[in-house]
Amino acid sequence: MTDTAIPSNPPADRARTGRMIVYGVAGLIGLALMFAPFLFPDVRSGQVAARICIFIVLAASYDLLIGYTGIVSFAHTMFFGLGAYGVAMALKGMGATWGAIALGGSAGVLAAIVLAVLIGVLSLRVKAIFFAMVTLAAASVMAVLASQLSDFTGGEDGIVYSAPKLFSPATKLLTTDDGKVAKLLGVSMNGKIAAYYFVFLSCLALFYVLNRIVRSPLGTVLEAIRENDLRAEAIGYRVVAYRTSVFVIAAVIAALAGAVWAVWLRYTGPETTFSFAIMIDILLMVVIGGMGTMVGAVIGVVIMNLAQFYLKDLMGAAAEATSAVPVLPQLLDPDRWLLWLGLLFILLVYFFPAGIAGTLMKKGSH
Amino acid sequence: MGQAMTTPSLETRDLTIRFGGHAAVNNVSCAFNPGELTVIVGPNGAGKTTYFNLISGQLTPTAGSVLKSGKDISSLSPSARAKAGLGRAFQLTNLFPRLSVLENIRLAVQARRGFGPRLFARAASFTELGDRAMEHLKAARLEHVAALPAAALPHGDQRKLEVAMLLAMEPDIFMFDEPTAGMSVDEAPVILELIEAIKADSGKTVLLVEHKMDVVRALADRIVVLHNGELVADGAPEEVIALPIVREIYLGIPAEDAA
Repeated sequence: MTDTAIPSNPPADRARTGRMIVYGVAGLIGLALMFAPFLFPDVRSGQVAARICIFIVLAASYDLLIGYTGIVSFAHTMFFGLGAYGVAMALKGMGATWGAIALGGSAGVLAAIVLAVLIGVLSLRVKAIFFAMVTLAAASVMAVLASQLSDFTGGEDGIVYSAPKLFSPATKLLTTDDGKVAKLLGVSMNGKIAAYYFVFLSCLALFYVLNRIVRSPLGTVLEAIRENDLRAEAIGYRVVAYRTSVFVIAAVIAALAGAVWAVWLRYTGPETTFSFAIMIDILLMVVIGGMGTMVGAVIGVVIMNLAQFYLKDLMGAAAEATSAVPVLPQLLDPDRWLLWLGLLFILLVYFFPAGIAGTLMKKGSH
Repeated sequence: MGQAMTTPSLETRDLTIRFGGHAAVNNVSCAFNPGELTVIVGPNGAGKTTYFNLISGQLTPTAGSVLKSGKDISSLSPSARAKAGLGRAFQLTNLFPRLSVLENIRLAVQARRGFGPRLFARAASFTELGDRAMEHLKAARLEHVAALPAAALPHGDQRKLEVAMLLAMEPDIFMFDEPTAGMSVDEAPVILELIEAIKADSGKTVLLVEHKMDVVRALADRIVVLHNGELVADGAPEEVIALPIVREIYLGIPAEDAA
């Protein structure tokens, strides 16, 4: 190969080391998620692990838009919510069956496709800023609809429903000889395990699809559109058609993630799906992880979720430990966790301007 | 020439574009034939690049039309014109800066050849596309930098890449906008070699905007002169270069002195 002809290239070596670190960390995260029920058996950790799985898909599909294609959209949670509400309404209306999940999920995905095509065709021709505004408007309308059409959506309270029997904590996946729930490595093999692996495997499949897309020739075209849309058009790519297609693909994947999320949570409401705070979280996760890297989504999501869920605990412990020192315990009070989260973001952006994965792999640097 | 019977591969009819009151290209009617290399000359601001933009579709004309092999393509998008075989290289280097050199070329190859239904296969597994891209890289002597991002190349190599991308599109009409601009004396010959190779491949139509007179003399079958957006001369190189009006506007020699 030609690269053996180059004797030694320090930046390339550093990028190779960086890539090994990034993929190593992502691999460890993957393994941790795969065995999460056994490694972290408590209820709260299970919740965080499932949330991480879902958000990896959500952030990675958003990276397909913003990082790979250069499309800024604020409607990603809208598609996520459509999938979730589709499943929630079907499970509530038809009872806890697999048919309800399939039907509700399909309806949610279909609604996402229709909306994405409409928004894409009508506004992906215009400047990026106008497109971003259109998506913001659409997402706001959808959030208002979800809270106002309370006969169907449960309004601000959302919808509570049951998941199929397989996922119920009372379900015994494995039984001992005397008919009790068997334990594997000290963990009960009940429906909660089934529910977690339903989430994990669905998310793994969706994340795999996203990775295949960005490594395909289509992925290269998307990057070309991000880099120089006029030139992409000039060499023969229909930029508007590609942008619309990728917007639809990302919408479908977000809707599927929403459907899985709805099955896991057994509750769907505006706060868990349409909320603008989630949209900002996804954006931050992608930026922190590294735009246009896919693997960055994994790292960004884990950092954000761990910070959101465990920073308070950590600070509580730190405040306790420093209670003898004058000012420190007040600074480390768990109520000030947002201050420290903010500081963490500033430091991350300062030291990793292209995101953690992006900076370490030297992707996106000039 | 005896070519009156054949359909020109490219033709502009009364092509005009106005920006405000200013006609940047004004009523330009001109036909280009297969196997012919036409050099378009004219001072800065004469409308050469604007004329190119109208032909390749980056700009929409105020009036007039563009025909490719007799078919009106005025309403087609730039991508549809590219697919129809109209290839264009740009004056200002216009690459995909953060993609590798090979990816830049491969994009041009796959735009022409398509990648079919294998949506999810790895891009690198399309060996035919990759092989074609590598051939074009070698022709432009860029194979040693294939893995570098395009933005990391020196200016001369970026110009070569620009031309290699045009070749990779495999068009039947080639439009070069000052392909050797800013290149060093020892780099320019690679570009000229590539253009000569296209010329030798009969049946291709080449339009070339160029300032350097030695390049013009070496390559041109025909010279078209634009001045203030209007076509002022058109003919065989020796004839056109000898025209007093050309000497005046292009070489800055007043007509009476040249006479």
